[in-house]
Amino acid sequence: MNGIHDLGGMHGHGPVLAEVDEPYFHHEWERRAFSLFPALFVGGHFNVDEFRHAMERMEPAHYLQASYYEHWIHSFETMLLEKGVISAAELQGTAEPTRNPVAAPVLTLDMVPLVVQTGASARVDHAVAARFAVGDQIRAKNFNPTTHTRLPRYVRGKVGRIEADHGVFATPDTMAHGQGEQPQHVYSVSFTALELWGEARADKVYIDLWDSYLEEA
Amino acid sequence: MNHEHDHDHTEPPEEIELRVKALESLLLEKGLVDPAALEALIDTYEHKIGPRNGARVVAKAWADPLYKRRLLENATAAIAELGVSGVQGEDMLVVENTADIHNVTVCTLCSCYPWPTLGLPPIWYKSAPYRSRIVIDPRGVLAEFGLTIAADKEVRVWDSSAELRYLVLPERPAGTDGWSEEQLAELVTRDSMIGTGLPKSPDDAP
Repeated sequence: MNGIHDLGGMHGHGPVLAEVDEPYFHHEWERRAFSLFPALFVGGHFNVDEFRHAMERMEPAHYLQASYYEHWIHSFETMLLEKGVISAAELQGTAEPTRNPVAAPVLTLDMVPLVVQTGASARVDHAVAARFAVGDQIRAKNFNPTTHTRLPRYVRGKVGRIEADHGVFATPDTMAHGQGEQPQHVYSVSFTALELWGEARADKVYIDLWDSYLEEA
Repeated sequence: MNHEHDHDHTEPPEEIELRVKALESLLLEKGLVDPAALEALIDTYEHKIGPRNGARVVAKAWADPLYKRRLLENATAAIAELGVSGVQGEDMLVVENTADIHNVTVCTLCSCYPWPTLGLPPIWYKSAPYRSRIVIDPRGVLAEFGLTIAADKEVRVWDSSAELRYLVLPERPAGTDGWSEEQLAELVTRDSMIGTGLPKSPDDAP
């Protein structure tokens, strides 16, 4: 979707303000919010693409005003409500919490070290043909789905070069909408500053793009 | 580049505090989360995982040419040799700064970041100013970090929009011949592995 999250190339957001010796968390609620992500992920309540898409659907002004972990909380609430894991009445405290009929897996203390050290790769062990090879000139497609995609606006319609083939990964555009992995190749694609911004400097952007985002150029 | 906390638009925190408490309490009552696991996750990412991991990787690459080759060819495996792996670092790539290329990383669409090697990201990395500007005006942003890149050097911005996570391998500072990996690691800053900084010089070492 052409959402507020797709920030690359925008002006007007002001200077980058870096905090010296920044702590990982500024408030206790941020610690709480952070810890819910791995717990709910392992619980199978969402995948990372659904998680991101729920943040992208935030009202734009709210997205810009809210801090990072507030985005997370918004996403958790949105997904858990949409999937019926919790009810609005339960969340508002107007109904007694009930146990769900189908028990979900729970991330327990003993599982934490292994989960942290292993994670969950989006790489898919699936033989899929690559449509492009290193050195190919390609064009990022000009498409504007209202659904989830990881093709940012600033590269759409631009001509770039395949720099590497990273192998086969699940496709976020389908994963975010319950339509399966649709495994395909992901490439590192370079775009010059001239192509992206009309500026003749030596600089490039390298971005990882799925096969279906690209066409021959 | 200091900033006051009140630029972060999140104060007063009461409403969000209550919101988080309500959600966490509900999930506990429904038996969907284990409170001991939540505490362990917080402790792990607040105290055990951070840029010292990445600094060990960089220092080893500086000291050991064979390790550096493995790191550039298969970063995930080479980083795992040091016992570093996992969530948001499942598929890693290391990009090397050279005399001709300066690398810098971003996630314009959200805030993807290599947690096992760098820890959780700082606020500025997740902020609209950094995500919007680093792709269109990398030299301007780097200058705000005190980094001026020569005009004949390429600035290569890596937008980690897919599931690969990036670590920058900075150039080894001059004047460090014969240094141990432990000594070298002291020179490696978080920002030098993001690309918004350079390693400390030997004169700044403790």
